[in-house]
Amino acid sequence: MTYNDLRHFADSWGLLAMALLFLTLIAWPFRPNARARSEEAANMIFKDDEHG
Amino acid sequence: MDGLVTKAGGWLALALLALVAAAVAVDAPFAVHMVIVALACLIALWATVSRADFDGIARGILKMPADQGVYDDDPIRWGVIATLFWGIAGMAAGLYIALQLAFPALNLEFEYTTFGRLRPLHTSAVIFAFGGNALIATSFYVVQRTCRARLAFPTLARFVFWGYQLFIVLAATGYLMGVTEAKEYAEPEWYVDLWLTIVWVAYLVVFAGTIVKRREPHIYVANWFYLSFIITIAMLHLVNNLSMPASIFGSKSYAAFAGVQDALTQWWYGHNAVGFFLTAGFLAMMYYFVPKQAERPVYSYRLSIIHFWSLIFLYIWAGPHHLHYTALPDWAQTLGMVFSVILWMPSWGGMINGLMTLNGAWDKIRTDPIIRMMVMALAFYGMSTFEGPMMSIKWVNSMSHYTDWTIGHVHSGALGWNGMITFACVYYLVPRLWGRPRLYSLRMVNWHFWLATVGIVFYAASMWVAGIMQGLMWREYGADGYLVYSFAESVAAMHPMYLIRATGGAMYLAGFLIMIANVWATLGGKVRAEKPMTETPYNAAADRPLVPVPAE
Repeated sequence: MTYNDLRHFADSWGLLAMALLFLTLIAWPFRPNARARSEEAANMIFKDDEHG
Repeated sequence: MDGLVTKAGGWLALALLALVAAAVAVDAPFAVHMVIVALACLIALWATVSRADFDGIARGILKMPADQGVYDDDPIRWGVIATLFWGIAGMAAGLYIALQLAFPALNLEFEYTTFGRLRPLHTSAVIFAFGGNALIATSFYVVQRTCRARLAFPTLARFVFWGYQLFIVLAATGYLMGVTEAKEYAEPEWYVDLWLTIVWVAYLVVFAGTIVKRREPHIYVANWFYLSFIITIAMLHLVNNLSMPASIFGSKSYAAFAGVQDALTQWWYGHNAVGFFLTAGFLAMMYYFVPKQAERPVYSYRLSIIHFWSLIFLYIWAGPHHLHYTALPDWAQTLGMVFSVILWMPSWGGMINGLMTLNGAWDKIRTDPIIRMMVMALAFYGMSTFEGPMMSIKWVNSMSHYTDWTIGHVHSGALGWNGMITFACVYYLVPRLWGRPRLYSLRMVNWHFWLATVGIVFYAASMWVAGIMQGLMWREYGADGYLVYSFAESVAAMHPMYLIRATGGAMYLAGFLIMIANVWATLGGKVRAEKPMTETPYNAAADRPLVPVPAE
């Protein structure tokens, strides 16, 4: 495996895999039923906090 | 008893080892550093042997409440104090070197006080000592509250705190003695780097351990940002500091990389230190403390997740914009520029998310100076994340690079975003950590806010003018094709701008001193009798129904 092989991998399959991973992670909170979970997560910090 | 003997013996052995290293050191600064390490071991030894209730003594001095066993807050209280202490040191050093630029006589003709040695002291003190302590303290606070679990490995958490302070002392004294790897924001030499690696891994273990033992199913988004900050800094630190010591008993080392590879590694490190230390870490503070202070959930939790992944995937590529028009291949420079411009979007998404958290509670900007500080911090986050991508465009960079515009940009981010959000978080934490009804004075927070804001405006505006002037003077060609100005002429033209910058810095420092006084009085349990920030005016004459009056 030379430097050249690595860079060709990086700008083809590597790039594609990173782009797909990124898009999946971005799309994840928009899956069905995720709205309620997000709502709950956002309000979680207010649940009976001992510091009021 | 056996455990005590082993521990004490261990500290003594370490102290002796350090003293041996000091004795056989090949250069004086290394010897001084080993003596400092030996002293630190002896202090730890004394603390172990005397078995006094040091937590109790510290509580007495710092007026800390006894731990009620809810959350492990002692290291957070120390961290808040350390943040304020190193903040004074770092900001005072900054003001001093700003004055050195205006009045070179302040170099004092003394090698230890030259600009070249005090500048890394200033940058490291404000970024790693002031900012780093704030990040460690708030991360321990937030991770416990959002996981609803006590800190994992309490002893290790204390080691993280004290180990980090030792790192700061070694780094700072090293700069004064001229010990440096000459890498921006990564100046400490190899043995200090190794020490920081140990401390940082311990930090990761404490933080991740607390997340693992959490009682909440969901990991709140602030913890994502903190965790990415801890992991990425570990990776950056390890790669950029790969080096070979010239001697195992000396302070000099040689980097594993050379030439343009070294430069690219350095700025891959340098820009991601900005991205993951000064951005991701402080965004974690923003995502917890802004909703808490506003008493409203974050505007969009989904946007916060998009913000997170966009920063993770995009930031890491932006480093080459520090090397425009250098030996770095052109395509790499363009790549850095393009990713820097793309970064503008997630940055503004995060800013909007923070600001819109106040939606429906905008009046708090008028009534709550802490919210006002948070809003100003977010405004400066937005401003500097617009300015940065703009400066990374090659055409702009061909004029702005190497000028004081860059310094102005860094400070609008550091003073405006990092400084302001840290102040706001400390103001939030102090009454809660010390069990006080409120801060000593809200009006003093207001003074701090205005001094800091006007100080930043002086600072940034003077550096814009200075940078653009420098850039234009340096490239001004006469009709005959030679440079119109000598470099010294551009330096002389900077004098008024340097004075204005120092004025802005002095105002910022003055605001910080007001904060110290305010926190000090709060710790003392005092509450200032003062006029409230808002009045509710009542006009009895107007508050009644209109009585119909018959026409005459």
